[in-house]
This record gives sequence, C-alpha cells and structure tokens, in this order.
Amino acid sequence: MHLKGLDYSVLQQCMHCGLCLPTCPTYVATKVERHSPRGRIALMRAVADGRFEMNKAFAEEMYFCLGCLACMSACPAGVNYAELFEHARAEAEASGVLRSPKRNLIRTLAIRWLFMDLSRLQLVGRALQLCQQLGLQALARRSGVLKLLPRRLRELEAMTPVVQPQFSADLIAPITPAVGAKKHRVAMLIGCAQDLIFSDINRDTVEVLAQNGCEVVTPPEQLCCGSLHAHNGEWELARQLARKQIDQFPPDQFDAIITNAGGCGSHLKHYARLLADDPEYRQRAALWDQKVKDIHEWLMGIGIKAPPSDGPPQTLTVTYHESCHLAHGQKIVAQPRQLLRAIPGLNLVELPESAWCCGSAGVYNLIQPEMAAQLLERKIEHIKSTGAAIVAAANPGCLLQLVNGARQRGLNLRLVHPVTLLAEAYRR
Amino acid sequence: MHCVVAVAIEVKVWGRLHSRPTRPVVLDAVGHRSHSMVVQMMPVSQATVAGLRRLVGPKDVLTEKEDLIPYAFDGTAALRQMPDCVVFAASTEQVAEILKLANQTKTAVVTRGSGTGLSGGSVPCAGCIVLCLAKMDRILELDRANLTLLAEAGATTQAVSEAASAAGLFYPPDPGSMKISTIGGNVAENSGGLRGLKYGVTRNYIMGMEVVLPNGEVLWSGNKCVKDVAGYSVKDLFIGSEGTLGVVTKVLLKLIPKPAAKKTMVAAFGRIEQAAQTVSDIIAAQIIPCTLEFLDRTTIRCVEEFAKVGLPLDCEALLLMETDGHPAAVADEASKMEALARKNGATEVRVAQDDVQAANLATARRSAFSALARISPTTILEDATVPRSELARMVLFIQTVAQRRHLRIGTFGHAGDGNLHPTFLTDERNAAEMHQVEEAFKEIFEETIRLGGTITGEHGVGLSKKGFLPKFAGGASMRVMRELRRALDPNGILNPGKLFD
Repeated sequence: MHLKGLDYSVLQQCMHCGLCLPTCPTYVATKVERHSPRGRIALMRAVADGRFEMNKAFAEEMYFCLGCLACMSACPAGVNYAELFEHARAEAEASGVLRSPKRNLIRTLAIRWLFMDLSRLQLVGRALQLCQQLGLQALARRSGVLKLLPRRLRELEAMTPVVQPQFSADLIAPITPAVGAKKHRVAMLIGCAQDLIFSDINRDTVEVLAQNGCEVVTPPEQLCCGSLHAHNGEWELARQLARKQIDQFPPDQFDAIITNAGGCGSHLKHYARLLADDPEYRQRAALWDQKVKDIHEWLMGIGIKAPPSDGPPQTLTVTYHESCHLAHGQKIVAQPRQLLRAIPGLNLVELPESAWCCGSAGVYNLIQPEMAAQLLERKIEHIKSTGAAIVAAANPGCLLQLVNGARQRGLNLRLVHPVTLLAEAYRR
Repeated sequence: MHCVVAVAIEVKVWGRLHSRPTRPVVLDAVGHRSHSMVVQMMPVSQATVAGLRRLVGPKDVLTEKEDLIPYAFDGTAALRQMPDCVVFAASTEQVAEILKLANQTKTAVVTRGSGTGLSGGSVPCAGCIVLCLAKMDRILELDRANLTLLAEAGATTQAVSEAASAAGLFYPPDPGSMKISTIGGNVAENSGGLRGLKYGVTRNYIMGMEVVLPNGEVLWSGNKCVKDVAGYSVKDLFIGSEGTLGVVTKVLLKLIPKPAAKKTMVAAFGRIEQAAQTVSDIIAAQIIPCTLEFLDRTTIRCVEEFAKVGLPLDCEALLLMETDGHPAAVADEASKMEALARKNGATEVRVAQDDVQAANLATARRSAFSALARISPTTILEDATVPRSELARMVLFIQTVAQRRHLRIGTFGHAGDGNLHPTFLTDERNAAEMHQVEEAFKEIFEETIRLGGTITGEHGVGLSKKGFLPKFAGGASMRVMRELRRALDPNGILNPGKLFD
C-alpha cells in the first residue's frame, strides 16, 4: 500500500509526454504542473525513489486531484493513474501528515462508521427525512437562523439533498420477476447515497431490467461498494467491503451484477485487484469483476425492447452529462447515448465537454468547494448552451451537484438518470 | 519493492559521444541521468526570488520542492534536473522585467511552455529560473482580411488551430503534442507534424513575432505584409533557436484557406520495404499528399490498443495517406496513390468514410510515440531525417542495427518527409541495454549523415543531440551560431548548455 512498494513499472509507464494535461480539470484551471497528472506522478515517483519526503503539501495535492480519471482516457501509454492515485492517498493517510482532530472525527464518523454499515446511514437518512417532512429545514432556511452558522456550514447546509420519502427496499421487491419470458437472472446493487436520495432511480432500473427479460434480485439490506474507502486511503476497509459484497452476491449465481451509479461501477469492477493477495477470494473476485455491469452496458449488450412509439406530444431536448467514472473509469460512452436515442420523443443534443468533471467527484465538492464551484460553473454554462430542458446523468454525485447548480441559478432543468427516461417511456 | 541502491553508474549520454570530452552523466539507482552544465551561472538567490515575487506577485513564483519536481523534466526520456524556482509571466512587460533581473544577477533562465519537447530543450539547468509562459495563452486577434492570427506564446497549438478553423481558415502545422504544445514552443523548436510534406513546418507560417531580448528589450520583427525585405529577417533567427536567443512572447501567424476536399487512406503491407518504396514512388510520381505517414508492426499494435480505430493488425507496415485540395485533384491523387501502393504489394487499401474517421486516424497516429510506452518502461525516440529517395534504405538500416544489437524498436514517422522516428523500447534501469541504445543511435546518425540527411528533422538539438551538432553543422556554421548567440545574449543566461556550449 506504499508508493515504494508499488511495482515501479506502473510509475515508469508515464513517459511525461504531457498529453494528459489538456484533459485535467485542475491543470487547465491553474496551469500549474503540480496540479496535473504528469506532475502528480512525478511527485509520487520522487517519493518512491526516496528523493522526496512525503509531506502535507503532497497529501493535499492528492486530495486536490478530482480522481476523475480523464487522464486515463487521454493517456496513450496506458498509465494506470487510478491505481497510483489510490496508493498515493493511502500512503498520505498512513503517514499521518493530514491528521487533525476535526478531520479524524469526520473520517471516523463517515468512512469507518457510517458507510461501513448502511443501516446506520439509513438511520441518518430517516432523521433527515423527518426534518424535511416536518418542514424543519425549510423553516430554518426561512427564519434566517442559518445565517448564524459559519459560512462553510451554511454552504454545506444549502447542499443537503432531499431525502426520498421511501428508500429502495420500500419500492423494490427482493425478487422482481421478468416481464414475459425470463432470459437472465441479475442482481441489483442499490448503492448507499443512491438508496436514500435516488431510490426512484433504483426502482426505475429494476423495472427496466424486468421489462427486458431479467429476473432481478434486490436484497433489501446491502453494502457500500467501498469506493469511498479506496479513494480515501482506507484500503483495508475497502477490502472488507469487497469480500462481503462477494459473499452476498456470489458471482456464479448471476448472469450480471447491475450497478447504475458510474462511480460505484468503476470501483466494483476492480475487486480482483483489491483482493489479489487473498487466496480465498481471488478467483471469485475475478469472476465478480466480469459479472459487474453498468446498467447501460448491460441493456445495450442484451438489446432493449423498443418503447412504445407514441411519445409525448412535443419532442423534448435532452443532453447527456457523462459521469467521469462511467466514461473514463469504465469507458462506457456510447451506450447511454444509444439508450437515450432509443426513447421516442427525445432529441439528444451533445453537451460540449460532456466528459469534463462537474466538480462533484465523490466528496470533492465537500472538501474542495472552490475548485468544485468553478467546475460546476463551467458545466452549467455548457448545459445552458445546449438549450436542453432535460439533463441526463448516470451518477448520484453528478445529479446532486447539477441539481444544486441549477437551483442556485434559478434554472428550470430536469436532472434525471437515463434509465428513468426509459422507464417512463415503457410506462406510457 | 525496488530498493534504492546507493550505487551510481556512470554512462555517457549518446548525444555527446562525438564532439568534446564527454562529461560523465550519472544514472541514479533508477537510471535517471542528471547532467551538469558547463556554463557557470549564479544560483537563484533569496534576493532574486524576492525580486521575482515583487514583479509577478508571490503566487506566481514557485520555490518549494513539491512545486519544482514537476518542472524538472520535459517530454524527453530520462533527463531530469531541478530548477531553483519557477516563475509564471502574465505579460510581455513581466517577461522583460524578469529577464532584466536575471541578466543583472547572471541567473540562468530556461523558458518553458507546456514542457512537451523531445530533445530536452526545456529541461532546467542547475540553479536556473524556469520562466513558464503557459498562462500567457490568449488568442489576441484573427484578421480575416489579411488571413493572420496573433497569439500569445502560451496559447496551445490546438487553440490556434481551432480559432483558425472557426473562421473557416486553416493553420496546418500539427505536431504530435498539438493538443497541449504551445505556439511559442513550436516557434522555439520550429515544430513540424504530419502535414509537413505539403504544408511545411512552423517556420512557413510565421509572419511576425514579439521577442524579449536577454537585456529586457522588446523587439518586433515582421508584419502582416506578404512581402518584406527590409533588413535581415530577424524573426527567422528566433525560429528554432530553442530558447537561446530571446523569449518569444507573441506570434503573428499566417493562415490559409481550408482545403475544399480531402481523402484519407490506410494501406497495409507485408514487408516494410514495400511501404518505404511506395513512399519513394509517390514522391517520384510528383504527387505531394498532405500526409504520408509510416508505422511498423510494433507501433501499429500499440496505437490500435490505445486508439481502437480499426487499424489492420496482420501486416508489417502501414502507410497513412491523406490528400487534400480541389475535389478533382484529390480524387486523382488518391487513385494514383492507391495504385502505387498496390503495385508495391499492398495487401489492403482502406479509405476513411468520413471526416470523423479521418481525424481519428490522424489522432491515432499522433499518439504513436506515447503509445509505444505500453511495451516498455523507457521509450527513446530519434528524429533522423534523410532525403526521401533514401527512405527505404534507412528503414532497412535501422532494422538491421536493432537486430544486431538485440534491441526492440518501433519505427514510425513522417515517411513523406523522410523524417523517421525510430523508437527504442528499453528500460533506463538496464545500463547494458542503454549502452546498446546509445551505440545504435551513433550508427543511425552516422548513416543518416552519410545519406545526406539531418540529425534532427523536427525535435531540435537541445541536450539530446548537442554532441552531434558540431560534426553535422561543421566548423564555420558552429562559429557563426556561437557569435550570434554571444551577440544577443552576452551573459549567456538563456537556456545555457542547450544546442552547444
């Protein structure tokens, strides 16, 4: 888990040609090499070589990186930046250079407690739901009492997502039979934040799967995929979660294990690497990686049933924002667009810089608010230029970020998962 | 884990073998060469740093180790040297003030754009200021009446190209790194690209430029006139000067009308010589396509693995051919080129179906050098260029050398220009193999010169080929170059140690 212990060839693979630079949001915004993939890799290599002592600036740099992986799409040399960056963050955490009582508390609470057992997260979700249903949040916002909070807390409060009245388990049966002949048996991963905030997307996903001949297994109690942990330097916890996932969804019992969140999928497909030195799980992890499918990838692979052609009265313009980890992490670029084009009554217009990070990037908008806000501004401007009334995106983080961006600017945009649009078309 | 062995291995840089007493170059445990500079410059003092901070503001002067490490290299393999500080200029005035300060304190200045050079031209020297122009990236003017574009030096080639295209015009030079390379860097290296054959190189599009001299004086040379013979063509002096004579801050570029039509084709061959012969035959038939690119089997595989554009994989060599211009001429040239390819035994000739496919093929080709890094940790490429009639001979020679020395090699390049990029696939930590690579390059360069070629077609001399320059250029040329450099930069502050000492 250390840069010095990493296979040196992974670092050497970068031949510093610089072709990643124009695709790196933090480099383009700052024009400073340290904030580029090439610069970060140079720092990692310096640490691995013993030419540079890990320090706070290094650790902060690794957290200034969005982890959007746009550099991996751009890199002709095939540098595995995802692996490097996870190692670098893990090493930064292990070194303790970033430790502070406040940070330790937040990390313990969120990473080691809340997201290790999702029933705790659901409990928090229920509490928030209650506040929102009783109108407490609205009241607090109206009364001006929030103005007493420090600025940063006020900003965070404004970003609080609206919790759905029902979570996934309230909406989805543990086993949903296929509509018509059963052709496939798949498992459905409901995610963590997705389950609370976008349980309707999970329901729509299951519906669409059933419509396309899949029997869908959706256990009510599920786990976090562990990407939060792996991306934040907690590999051991990520490994624990990976093992539990494999136990809950034995990959040989399903034709596919479905995820509809770009960020989760990108991590879920790499359990084999995570468990490479675990003889008990190694083989199952390899099979797991093959079985995990992004919903668009799976649907386009099996071929979807055409929705009824009598669409809505007028054609709506939709644009597609790419989740970084769907586009760059999983290289799923064509399928979501194909899915959107297959829906009658929708006119898909391309979003300029569609695969440029919106600034959400996991918890990036919480820890790097300034850069996140810059990226959101850039994204919203592009969205406005398309004139689209609907923006489709396949990751809960992106959807939340864009919902907030639209709300702050008073834009009347519908933010939606592509699968929801397909589910609506089937329901017509 | 690779433990760091505290043994330094001394090897020689291949580029310095010929000329002068070779300075030892030290490979650290993981094989990086560090190089020492002959020119005695003063390190950057605290007072100089304070002065720089006053000039550009504290945020635009970097001195911490974590900030400097990413500026210790450019796109060239295995060269690394830490600078003392990095300074970002925002205007010509700031550049002038920075140079004045450096000149007064006799501090070395290495100018840098995006650091994508392939001859070590923007690798720092010890104790230097890296003057980075990446933040001076505005396109200042597009003159549709005179077909010119004025840009700041830090504007990327891609931005220039897109601005021209948006006005229905065309800026042809397209170096492999064009997505991020800066126009100032292109001028300093006189960069080429895939379209050199028909459209020439950066030099052919420079109508004027603003240059800051080492003493801080600002000079304009050139204008929007097509003809101008008033005095020496001073601007031409700075093109390809590799940051040794002045700092280019603005560039006035010539644009041309977009060609009305184009056709892009890929021809596959079972033997490398067949592809090379096709190139020679096309030129001999007096056809000047805009692109005539060569890729060997190794390169094809790497490129296809990255770009997935459907290149044929069951062949030894590919030619990427593109012709543009009047639709009738394009059709005529394309059919002649196809016929010549088939006459030389092409197993397959594919035509790109649309502009997107054509652009994807060109982009894939531009990624060749970086894509070769998929095979081995270190990729060292060269830039040998021969008269086009000698291309087939040179390609065979390179293959023979690689085989004899048991080296893996990927060769690609601008075959139509006779400009090849043989790329050795090696590992900088393997000293014995690195030695073989150096020796191979020596042989290749000697053969290049023997065939009437040049040691660098488009990458520049920088550090990599500096040792070969005296033999190639000859005594009188070297003397003129030295005197010019001394006249413009008497204190030797600009990019010391590059090109020649």
